[in-house]
Amino acid sequence: MGGDDIIEVQDLEHAFGDFAAVRGISFTVRRGEVFSFLGPNGAGKSTTINILTTLLPLQKGMVRVAGYDVAREPGEVRKAIGIVFQDDVLDRDLTVQETMEFHGRLYSIPREERRNRIENLLRVVELEPKRNERTKNLSGGMKRRLQIARGLLTRPDVLFLDEPTQGLDPQTRLRIWDYIRQVNRAGTTIFLTTHYMEEADILSDRISIIDHGRIVVSGTPTELKNALGEDVVYLETEDDKKTKDALHGIEVIRSVTESPRGLSITISADGSHCLPRIIDAVRGAGIGISNVNLKKPTMDDVFVHYTGRELRDTRA
Amino acid sequence: MAWEFLTVYWREMIRFVRFRTQLFSSLLQPAIWMAFFGVAMSSNLDRFTSAIPAPDGVIPVGYLTFMAAGVIAMTTLFTSLFGGMSLLFDKNWGLMREMLASPMPRTHIMFGVSLSGMTKSFIQVSIIMVFGLLLGVEFFPGYAPLRIILSILGIFAFVGIFSLGFLLFSSTISMRLESPEGLQGIMTLLTLPLFFVSNALYPIQAFPEFLQVLSIYNPLTHLVNGIRYFALGGDFFAVGARYTSTTADVLGSFAYLAIFAAVMYLLARRTFEKAVVT
Ligand SMILES: Nc1ncnc2c1ncn2[C@@H]1O[C@H](COP(=O)(O)OP(=O)(O)OP(=O)(O)O)[C@@H](O)[C@H]1O
Ligand SMILES: [Mg+2]
Repeated sequence: MGGDDIIEVQDLEHAFGDFAAVRGISFTVRRGEVFSFLGPNGAGKSTTINILTTLLPLQKGMVRVAGYDVAREPGEVRKAIGIVFQDDVLDRDLTVQETMEFHGRLYSIPREERRNRIENLLRVVELEPKRNERTKNLSGGMKRRLQIARGLLTRPDVLFLDEPTQGLDPQTRLRIWDYIRQVNRAGTTIFLTTHYMEEADILSDRISIIDHGRIVVSGTPTELKNALGEDVVYLETEDDKKTKDALHGIEVIRSVTESPRGLSITISADGSHCLPRIIDAVRGAGIGISNVNLKKPTMDDVFVHYTGRELRDTRA
Repeated sequence: MAWEFLTVYWREMIRFVRFRTQLFSSLLQPAIWMAFFGVAMSSNLDRFTSAIPAPDGVIPVGYLTFMAAGVIAMTTLFTSLFGGMSLLFDKNWGLMREMLASPMPRTHIMFGVSLSGMTKSFIQVSIIMVFGLLLGVEFFPGYAPLRIILSILGIFAFVGIFSLGFLLFSSTISMRLESPEGLQGIMTLLTLPLFFVSNALYPIQAFPEFLQVLSIYNPLTHLVNGIRYFALGGDFFAVGARYTSTTADVLGSFAYLAIFAAVMYLLARRTFEKAVVT
């Protein structure tokens, strides 16, 4: 627990009636990083965000955000954070400009400053042409962008993004990832939830995979993928039979299977480190190699490995 | 002092003027009451009651004028009871979570909503008074201009404190309920008895004892008393009955409405401070 932890959560539990939605999670988020909660539907991501943003009362555990205890100083926490909710929180009948104005006034940002920041942010999220459009006439992606701009209006220390790209087309997602990186580079800590592995992989410095209200594993994207130890090397050689023999004795190789297109070699360690050894061994046996390919596990593999395959929405 | 409630007020008023149909219907509804119910009833009632002469020196007041105060009160009641409804919509489909997650003190949500509800009532009341004048309502009989101004202020004070109480009440209910249908049901259930067990449309002197007692606890009765005192004076004769009220009576009515508003404020504050919306 250093001064560099902008979010500290210890043994957090939360129940709705008898249903335990969050079952004792602990983690920290460092100032300036992008931290992701990756988990299937119903894992407890939004519940955790709601507690961290003071929208749900703290039932059990300790939560500090931006240096303040959420139970004792919710007002200070609220000043320090920005939120983009999972579903749209917009007034359908206010215009884009009014939506931003309203937010700025809620936080008592002085008029001049408010106007300037709104100008700026609308430009960043490319909503200037829609400034006088009512929010009900915006597309899904525009609504998201507006809410991201709104979340940034107060220059928060931490921005909470609850599934910011849910249901958006690939272009819009890429665009939003860009904004998120931009904001993060400018110094805002990002707490992100998502069930898109790709999103967590690309954006995050660190990820916690959460399932059934518990954190099942945490780490950097690379650590998580490496920890699976299931890198696969594809080799095309002059003689697959001989190659198999040549590979005997390399202890990190778990299995070698022949296929019409060559050999696939499953490795129990970081593949990029083992690849030279494999190539040396094969060359050493005098066998020519025509093609090499290394496949690292994706976040999908990691996700499925840790959370299983059953569909969450069908669970009671 | 924090002024964030003005932000909530600002937004409520944007919505008020933006929804043209809602705006016009809210202004038209009291006018329709006056134009149809008022004119029809007064032509009937004035025929019967003209048989009972007003005592000497007491100003006789026609039915239309008598019920105009009731229409003002009724309109204020309706507008205030439904004034908190925007909170329910905000909770389910609007900006409630944004407001709850902001550093604005939560009580400001209800201050902003109440202030806008009061503004709407003031606008409606002004329109009814002007429209009534055109129809032949004889408010402020023989008053000097200064007294008219003071009387209007007096009416606004009563309308303001009354609507504040009911706005806080409806805000509390809205925050606690899940569906607009439920709210609609509760409000409809409340308006009819409040309206009929009051002196808005007829004198309560002729009520059975039980209803008379009830009507004295009804805030609407006190609002109507206040409006009539300022609009018609402390001694007038209408619908076959003489109405006298002293300054003390009127202050009493105002105090009653103020206490009602204070109780509603405490209820609302508790509700807002504990509100959880996810
Ligand atoms: N207000 C509530 N009352 C009762 N149960 C709730 C409530 N809110 C959430 N839950 C339950 O708590 C669990 C966690 O919900 P939560 O919304 O935190 O999941 P999530 O990880 O955000 O899922 P998703 O990816 O679908 O948004 C779910 O089983 C949900 O049904
Ligand atoms: Mg969620």
